[in-house]
Amino acid sequence: MELLSFGNTGWGDELLIATLMTIAVSITALLIGFLFSAIFTPLKLSNNKFLNFIANSYTTVIRGVPELLVIYLFFFGGSGAIMYVASIFGYYEYIEINAFITGSLAIGIISGAYSTEVFRGAIQSVDRGQFEACKVLGFKKHIYFLKVIMPQMLRLAIPNLSNVWQITLKDTSLISVTGLVEIMRQSYVAAGSTRDPLFFYSVAALIYLMLTFLSMKLINRLELNYSRGF
Amino acid sequence: MDLSLMATSLPKLLSAAIVTLKLLSLALFFGLIIGLIFAILRINKNPIINKFAYGYSYVFRGTPLLVQIFIIYFGLGQIEYFRTTFLWVIFKEPYWCAIIAFALNTGAYTSEILRSAFETIKPGIIEAGKSLGISNNIIFYKIQIPVAIRQSLPAYGNEIILMMKGTSLASTVTLMDITGVAKYIISTTFKPIEVFIVAGGIYLFMTFLIHNLIKYLEKKYSF
Repeated sequence: MELLSFGNTGWGDELLIATLMTIAVSITALLIGFLFSAIFTPLKLSNNKFLNFIANSYTTVIRGVPELLVIYLFFFGGSGAIMYVASIFGYYEYIEINAFITGSLAIGIISGAYSTEVFRGAIQSVDRGQFEACKVLGFKKHIYFLKVIMPQMLRLAIPNLSNVWQITLKDTSLISVTGLVEIMRQSYVAAGSTRDPLFFYSVAALIYLMLTFLSMKLINRLELNYSRGF
Repeated sequence: MDLSLMATSLPKLLSAAIVTLKLLSLALFFGLIIGLIFAILRINKNPIINKFAYGYSYVFRGTPLLVQIFIIYFGLGQIEYFRTTFLWVIFKEPYWCAIIAFALNTGAYTSEILRSAFETIKPGIIEAGKSLGISNNIIFYKIQIPVAIRQSLPAYGNEIILMMKGTSLASTVTLMDITGVAKYIISTTFKPIEVFIVAGGIYLFMTFLIHNLIKYLEKKYSF
């Protein structure tokens, strides 16, 4: 237990900060994922074959390729791509992007592919009559989407979004390969310097379990709130 | 775009694909056995057995696969006593550690898939068996298990694809699977996009094959 004390002798405070980092990356990644699904879900549902193709390639490729490979692409390719763009504007110095940004962007793109599928499914399971009723009543397109389709869609999407959240939370452990100090990286460092990997990885596992447990409780409450009236 | 690099890295990545496939098939084989055992424990009426099986699947589904591999590979070797047992022959190899971690992980998910399949079997099928005078054991092995397996095929197909992506984590414990080789080529050539296209293409092709295999099986065993 001494190993987990706070201060200079223990790893408690370091692990706490690392836990907060994991939560921060997960939430950022989830939000980036929502942004991506806000772009790709309409493309998936559109009648244009070409737009469908773009959205389908995004979700198929990302969901068919290991997360670790995507992270390596961003980690090794990220600064190269930025430097290439900068060189067009006449800037030739080395640019290093923050591990937090690359990490949450990589996980966000992965999470976006899953949440796109969730939102597509949810919108498609909203009763067709609702769409028709809105058209008959002559609602403007964005109003009928926000006021009629969205609330019904969210109710259907939340159980599956909680899976997406769990996947995203667990995927953040992979960012440790890029050196961002989250739970896994911190346990790796602690395990290395104390030569006690069994203890620190078990602590890491317990922290992850706690995070998934607490977030499930929170999401269940959210689900109840959105299912009012059904 | 460096086409010659893509051409030279393709055979290297393809030979690494054999490692990935070996890891995947062994993990799925052991995982299916573990999953079936724990699914049967889950539907047991005894609350202690039942809770134990639930705890197993909860822990392995609630923690990242990376932690599980690290605990098994780095953690278990730390126990002095453990190193003297015959199990150490298996656990000192990163290859077997990875397979054990994958099998335990996929076993947890498989047990959940099979449990829900057992629970959704129509009671009429079991009643029909009973009214024909078939014994409970035979009903279980010859009726419930085959029907449950058929019902869980679509979900299990997804699990196979998730596991295939999971095998990429073997590269973190020094194994040279597709991702391991891809990372090696990227870090020596600094051409991440080309390598990603080739390695990703191989993974996508495998996903495509698994997807179609499951579709074929679903059709074959549909009723």
